[in-house]
Parts: sequence; C-alpha cells; structure tokens
Amino acid sequence: MIRSRALAFAHAGGATLRFPDADLPQGGCLLLRGPSGSGKSTWLALAAGLRTATEGTLVVAGQTLAGPGALPRAARDGWRARHLGFLPQALHLSPALSVAENLALPFFAAGLPRDDRAIADVLGRLDLGAFAGRRPHELSGGQAQRVALARAVLLSPCVLLADEPTASLDDGAAQAALALLMACAADCTATLVVATHDRRAVQALEARPGTVSMLLGAGAGDPRGAAGSGGRSGP
Amino acid sequence: MSAAILRAGSVPRLAWRYLWSRPLTSALNLLLLTLGLAAVTLVLLVATQVDRGFERDVQGIDLVVGAKGSPLQLILAGVFHIDVPPGNIALEDFEALRRNPLVAQAIPISLGDSFAGYRIVGTTHEYPAHYGAELVAGRLWNAPMEAVLGASVAVAMQRAARGPGGDGHPAAGAQGLLGRTFFGTHGLAPGGEEHGGHPYRVAGVLAACGCVLDRLVLTATESVWQVHESAQADDPDDLAVLRQEREITLALVRWRSPLAAVTLPRAINATTPMQAAAPAVEITRLVRLLGVGADVLRAFGGVLLGVAGLNVFIALWNAVRERRADLAMLRMLGAPPVRVGSLLLCEALWLAVLASVLGLAVGHLLAEGVGRLLAGQNAMPVTGALWLPGEWAVPGLAAVLAFASAILPAVQACRVDVAELLGRP
Repeated sequence: MIRSRALAFAHAGGATLRFPDADLPQGGCLLLRGPSGSGKSTWLALAAGLRTATEGTLVVAGQTLAGPGALPRAARDGWRARHLGFLPQALHLSPALSVAENLALPFFAAGLPRDDRAIADVLGRLDLGAFAGRRPHELSGGQAQRVALARAVLLSPCVLLADEPTASLDDGAAQAALALLMACAADCTATLVVATHDRRAVQALEARPGTVSMLLGAGAGDPRGAAGSGGRSGP
Repeated sequence: MSAAILRAGSVPRLAWRYLWSRPLTSALNLLLLTLGLAAVTLVLLVATQVDRGFERDVQGIDLVVGAKGSPLQLILAGVFHIDVPPGNIALEDFEALRRNPLVAQAIPISLGDSFAGYRIVGTTHEYPAHYGAELVAGRLWNAPMEAVLGASVAVAMQRAARGPGGDGHPAAGAQGLLGRTFFGTHGLAPGGEEHGGHPYRVAGVLAACGCVLDRLVLTATESVWQVHESAQADDPDDLAVLRQEREITLALVRWRSPLAAVTLPRAINATTPMQAAAPAVEITRLVRLLGVGADVLRAFGGVLLGVAGLNVFIALWNAVRERRADLAMLRMLGAPPVRVGSLLLCEALWLAVLASVLGLAVGHLLAEGVGRLLAGQNAMPVTGALWLPGEWAVPGLAAVLAFASAILPAVQACRVDVAELLGRP
C-alpha cells in the first residue's frame, strides 16, 4: 500500500515540487504521468526512501518514509532490499556479470545467502532459462528487460517501481512487457507504480481495473491542478 | 551464524568477478605488484643470507694476520676463501706470533692448491674445531697427504664419480669416498697444473655446517709444504734449504683479552713484515659496499611498488566511474554504502593476495637462481628454499599498499548517489 498526504520536495536551491495525494491499497497500481522534469523521478526517489520529503507524509508498504516516525536513513537500505523492487529505465544490468550473477546481486545487496533455486525459478517463469550464462550485451532489448524485471521481483517485493518500462520498445514488445510487469506484480501481490509518459503504457495500465492515475507537472506547486485524472475505478 | 559467513563470503566472490571483468588492467596491476614484491623478497633473502654467512664465518676470529697488502683481500682470502691471498708469511714469524702472550690461539692457514675449484687448505685440527665441525664419515687427518672433505666438496666428488667422467665406482654416500685418492691442481682456480705424484687420500668427510668449511678440502699444513717443496727441488740439500724457509699463507688469531685489540694489530703492523686485519672492521666496510647494491635493488622494488600502487588506484578510480551505475544499482537494491565500498577494497585486496603469493614465489626462485650462480663460483651459500620471518612483511606490505590505493575509490563508491539512477534515461 502507498499513502501520501501533501507531499512536497525541495531540490537544493531549486523550486519546491508538490505532489497530489495518493491512496493505494496493497496490490494496487499507480500510474505516474507527466512530461520529463515534472517530478516523476523525484516521486519514485521519495517512494524508494532515497530522498526525504521536505513536507507532508508518505507511507509505503506500511512503513512511514516521510512525516512523524519516519524510518531513519541508515535503516532504509535494509528496508528497500526487503520490500522494494525496482525496474530502472536503463535496466542497469552489470555488463561484468552473467545473467545469473546479475540476479544474485539482490541477495548480495540484502545480505542474504545466494539462493540459486530462486534464481532458476524466476528465470524459468520469465522464459529466460536458456540465458542464465549469457552476458547482458548478448541479449536482445526485450530479454534484457525481462532479466531486469526478474531482478526486481526476485525477493517478492511489496512494492514494484518501474521507470519508463516501455521507452525503448516497439509496440508489440511494449505490450508484452507491460503485461508481464502486471502479471509479476500480481504474482507477489505487489503494489505497482509505473512512471511513464508513453501513451501506450498509459492506455494499457488504465485499462487495468483499479489503476490510480496521477498526473504530475500540470501545475507544479498546485496539488489541485494535478488531480488524479484516471480516478479510482475499482475496489 | 552461517548466514553471516555466507554474507562475508559474497563480497570477495563478487569482487573477484569484478576484478577479472577487466582482465588486461588487472593483469598489468598484478604484474607490477608481483615484480615489486619479488624484488623486495629477493633483497631480503639474499642480503640476510649473505650477512648471516659473513657473521657465521667470521665468528670468533678477532684478527687475520698475513702478508702486507690489502686488508680486505686478506680477510676475503683467509676467512671466506673468495679471493686470492696477498702473499705468504714466514713460518718463523707465525711461530713468534703464536708465542705472543696476547694471542690465545693462532690457526695457520696455507693456501695454494685446489681440487675441482675447491680450495685445499693446509691447517691444524684447530681449524675445523673452531667452526665446531663434525664428521659424517672417517676421521680427521693424522698424517700429511690425508684430506678431509667439506660437505659440498664431498657431494661434488660423488657426483663426479657417478657422472660420465667418473671412474664408474659406485659411490656409497660419504662412506664410499673414504680412501679414495685425488690430485690437487696448482692455483686456486680450476684448470691449473696437476701435482702428479702427490695424491691426497680422503680420510674423512665433514657434515654440512652451512659455513665456509663446506667448500674446502682440509689437510695438514705439512701436506702443502710436501707438495710444493718436491715440486721445486729434488736434491736433498736444496730440500733442506727450502725447509728452513717454510711459509704459511696467513693465521687466524683469537686474542686473549680485548686489550689486545688496541696493541696487537699496531705491534704486528709496525714491527713485523706481516699485517693484521680485523675482520669486524673490514666486513663492515664490505657489507657497506654490497649494501649499495642491495639498496639499489630495494629502491627499484620500492619504485615498482609505488607505480603499482598508483596503477591500482587509477584502475579502481576508473572502475568506480565506469561502474557508477552498477554501484548505484547495488545501493538501489538495498546494499548499504559500506558493503558497496568494501567491494572496491576487496578487489584491491584480491590483487594483494595474488601478488603476495606470486611475488614471494618469484622472489624465492630468483634467490635460488642467485644461489646457483654464487655456487658456481664457490662463494656464499644462498638458497631460495628458506623462509625468513621477515618475509611476513611482504604480504603485509601488499595489503597496506592495496588498502592505501583503494581507500579513496572505496569512499567514492560509498558516496554514489542512487537517485541519479532515476533521473537518467
């Protein structure tokens, strides 16, 4: 679940970004829309505990990240490792490591023993079984994205953040990627947050029942102008 | 508990993968570090063994008395047997020296002949006793022309007997050498004229002492006289004259009290045709001369290590820049900054571990090579098959160097801003 109230963040020496309120049940889906620079990345950084909001409250997966009783900085790495999955736009698979080794990184980061069975499982689920020994540069764009998705859902996160998941994909691949993203989120009943300005992604996600849409940047600094345009259409 | 161990093990594992993801850079770093550490190891091994060798051979010899000339040459010839002596001294003068009340012991040494490049030394039983030598076979000489072989000489003789040039006798260890005869050649280098008609007979073989005796053939002083007098004259009258003019090469002197250190050398140098040289003084001079070589090699090793350290630093610094996204991703996945920084440190430590092992191995191999070269000249015994406690400093040095090179890149890695990942396309 994600709940935010009067959330605002001031960049050092820059303008203050104000975000619309969000209220999302566990397993829900949040669509962050808006042009580049509208604050999508900042919102993701706040939700991931990488930045601390200057005003307002934010609760992600039952954990307060902004407001009274917020999780201290030092504890956020551990929290992120256990509760958060992240699919970056540039994927950021390590070119030095094979696919399987890239998937071992979440265990390393979380300080957990490497679980080769879990890695094999997720590779199998995402149709990547044959690529475990390959290097990222030997994969197609779609395969690489599936590897990054596998890395994001490996530890069954409560919240799955995806940054522009369809930016570099053609129509067919984009549809497949979004379907897979939603399926994976549903598999671990994770709350899905997708930041995008891609029309195809917006359409696909708004078609999903229960998706909450949040438009950023329409009137930065005025929460009323950034009302959720999709509204809540499901339970 | 087991989880903690696994956790501790995953950093080295991942660091290892990152290290070899840039094989050329890592191999170059490894090479530089290895060469630097090998140079340090080599200097340590050789310098220590040469110092020890000098110390052991010179122990208990307060003064070397011989013909006038270079005092260093006298010591090198008389104590270490690695130079030719400056000349001979009259037996009469030696006897006078021996009777001097300040002298506790004077061991005569007569040089002139060699066997297969090993010196034949005419002396008394005091000489092997001085080094505490023990026999592995036979006994010491009781008559002229009986010889006792040092350990290295015995090995060489056994090898010669077995080899293609040998006489085919099956040599049954040191015991098998007893009773064998050999001829000395004139001069201290191999290839001199053979003294036919005066064969030496092996009476005993000494146990290896790690000292100068290993490389010598010991015999009675009279043997040397006998060989040379009959080589110069066969007329009984002439022989009688020669007997009057008997000489020895030099004497190793132990004085009765430290007071003699002041008066005895001065008295010898001023009032006799002999000179007295103090090994302690000359060895200090010699070690200082050799020390320049060791210092040059040590400095060379230092420069190599400095360059290696700088190279490791640059490589890791670049690695942090190249892998910024990787490191940020690790932080995004929840790795605390310390674990990300420790990856960099661990990568450098891997290099240090590998370079230590390789550097020590190469250093020992080189020391063994130097030892073989020196053995070819029958000089100081130096071996690579030796572990000095000081060598523990080599991995220590490597670890300190690796740590120093990696600390800045590691701090840089700790500071990677994760939120950058989100902003960039």
